[in-house]
Amino acid sequence: MFSLERWLEVFEAINKNKLRTFLTGFSVATGILILVLLLGVGEGMKNGVEEQFQRDAANQISVYTGVTGVEYKGLNPGRRIQFKNNDYDLLVENFGDELEYKSSVYRIWTGLTSYKDKSGSYRLEGVLPNYQFLERAGMIEGRFINENDQANSTKNVVIGKKVREELFEDKNPLGKLIEIRDINFKVVGVFQDPGGDREESKVFMAISTMQKVFGAGQDIRNLSFTLPQEESFDVALEKSNQLISKLEAMLKAKHTVSPLDNSAINISNSIENSKRFYDLTANIKLFFWLIGLASLLAGIIGVSNIMLIIVKERTKEIGIRKALGAKPMSIVGMVLHESIFVTAVSGFMGLIVGLVLLEFVGPMINTEFISNPEVSFNIAISTVIVLVLAGAVAGFFPAWRGAKIKPINALREE
Amino acid sequence: MIEIKDLHKSYKIGKNSLHVLKGINFSVEEGELVSIMGSSGSGKSTLLNILGMLDEADLGTYHLDGVEIKNLTEKIAANYRNKFLGFIFQSFNLINYKSALDNVALPLYYQNINRKERMERAMSYLEKVGLADWAKHLPNELSGGQKQRVAIARALAGQPKVILADELTGALDSTTSYEIMHLIQEINDEGKTILVVTHEEDIAQMTKRIVNLKDGVIIDDRKIEQVKALANV
Ligand SMILES: Nc1ncnc2c1ncn2[C@@H]1O[C@H](COP(=O)(O)OP(=O)(O)O)[C@@H](O)[C@H]1O
Ligand SMILES: [Mg+2]
Repeated sequence: MFSLERWLEVFEAINKNKLRTFLTGFSVATGILILVLLLGVGEGMKNGVEEQFQRDAANQISVYTGVTGVEYKGLNPGRRIQFKNNDYDLLVENFGDELEYKSSVYRIWTGLTSYKDKSGSYRLEGVLPNYQFLERAGMIEGRFINENDQANSTKNVVIGKKVREELFEDKNPLGKLIEIRDINFKVVGVFQDPGGDREESKVFMAISTMQKVFGAGQDIRNLSFTLPQEESFDVALEKSNQLISKLEAMLKAKHTVSPLDNSAINISNSIENSKRFYDLTANIKLFFWLIGLASLLAGIIGVSNIMLIIVKERTKEIGIRKALGAKPMSIVGMVLHESIFVTAVSGFMGLIVGLVLLEFVGPMINTEFISNPEVSFNIAISTVIVLVLAGAVAGFFPAWRGAKIKPINALREE
Repeated sequence: MIEIKDLHKSYKIGKNSLHVLKGINFSVEEGELVSIMGSSGSGKSTLLNILGMLDEADLGTYHLDGVEIKNLTEKIAANYRNKFLGFIFQSFNLINYKSALDNVALPLYYQNINRKERMERAMSYLEKVGLADWAKHLPNELSGGQKQRVAIARALAGQPKVILADELTGALDSTTSYEIMHLIQEINDEGKTILVVTHEEDIAQMTKRIVNLKDGVIIDDRKIEQVKALANV
């Protein structure tokens, strides 16, 4: 089928019919180019939206304690439950692999803090390094609490933007000592938080430091963690519910709380908020899939139209060839061979131009809702292959009809 | 070489049927140069196209070199056309994007002959029709007479048993026509069987036998004293 002789014949036809080749190639190449750009922008839009709404994507779960509500195993109601470090260990041991970010938290609601003659009262939180991501605290200067701070209970703190403004004004806070409840701490970082002033009026330190310095022993106020983003809201919801019920049962058993008690162990879950996010990304995906499919369809229709025109234009030639002894399959082969070759080459050219454009122009368009537009190479290649195959299938019918036409009728054609 | 019996052909035009060939009987021996004469619309081309397997008869039998031509598949018809027949048309029917040489080589392509040999053979036929120097030219760079010479070379290239020519001089002036007829006579003198359709008396006189067609039947079929074309050039 793909003999050298046929190739020579095809190259001759391509070479001598430059306009036809150019028009076919051009429309295929632009079709693929548009498709690639569309897919790229679609992906970029999805990325952009995901970035914008990432806060909502995370299924953040917080576990905190209260007072028992019912009698259980001889213990009276009204008993206060207190989490310890080993409750956090229990979480990590049993569910560590399923969690995205996790931290134990100890909190002091008011901590008088001063630097030189300036002072203010801020919320103090003892946390683990992961907490930065749980809070989505972005570092403006320095760093967040790290593993070393936790391991050595260092007296390093990270302060909110608001705290920095009130205590330091425009001076550099890094490395400076501030006094919290009469104890000196060194500032190692400043963070900002999308939550605004309220969230930025906080001071973070390692939880081990806090427990030591403020006499909290092994106490923990709450366990805070997130579950990773899932394929769909339903999957996320199911995983979240499973984890929560298992964790609740474990913690209740550990603290001798009745399974029916609903005030001693409290779990708050933000998953309902994430439904909006999942719906939005699903819709964006769907939208661009539809546009992509529509443009692919348009491409296929375009290619088949070109094939129809080519066969029509070549009818007389087909008649001549048949009079000279061309078999029907050789006519079909000739037409398809040329069209597949031209579609494939120009398709890949369109693909490459599209990918290059996305590669170099893509990073320049970073608007709020489009970020990092790109196309998976596999998807792009598949599109070209689908288009070439579709073109071949669509081209087969006019080619076949051309091959079947009586030579005498084909010769009459002008 | 050619033997047809009781050949019928009608065309359907809407609801009506036009009976063009109404029982043709005739045969052609190897080496003959026959002209089929008749006024315009008498069915000459129809007959030739059936002989050339470009069209099919409704009724009757047709033997070509002892082979019965009947109910052919497209593939077999293509094979027969390729091996048995060479065509020359009034409008030349050269492929316009192929050079003279490539046009002549095309029947050989469909005989699966390799490129090198194709080109050599095609070149020798171009030499034979006196166009070796024009081998690389495209058809639209050639005069009408030259185009017809290329077409003749192409018809010869496949080494067919019979050459069928439909009004081969119809688009040419008389001097050129006679030159072409001279070439045809030469080829016939070498032993090739040739059928020429024409409505021009002078062209018919340059063949060796005239078959006269009228109203779908042969009214006259006689051998003649051939007029040499060269004498008229
Ligand atoms: N494909 C066709 N469909 C319908 N009528 C046709 C067709 N081909 C030829 N005819 C008619 O058949 C008759 C014979 O045509 P043709 O064989 O071409 O005549 P000639 O070659 O002798 O001039 C004419 O009347 C012509 O109009
Ligand atoms: Mg005619």
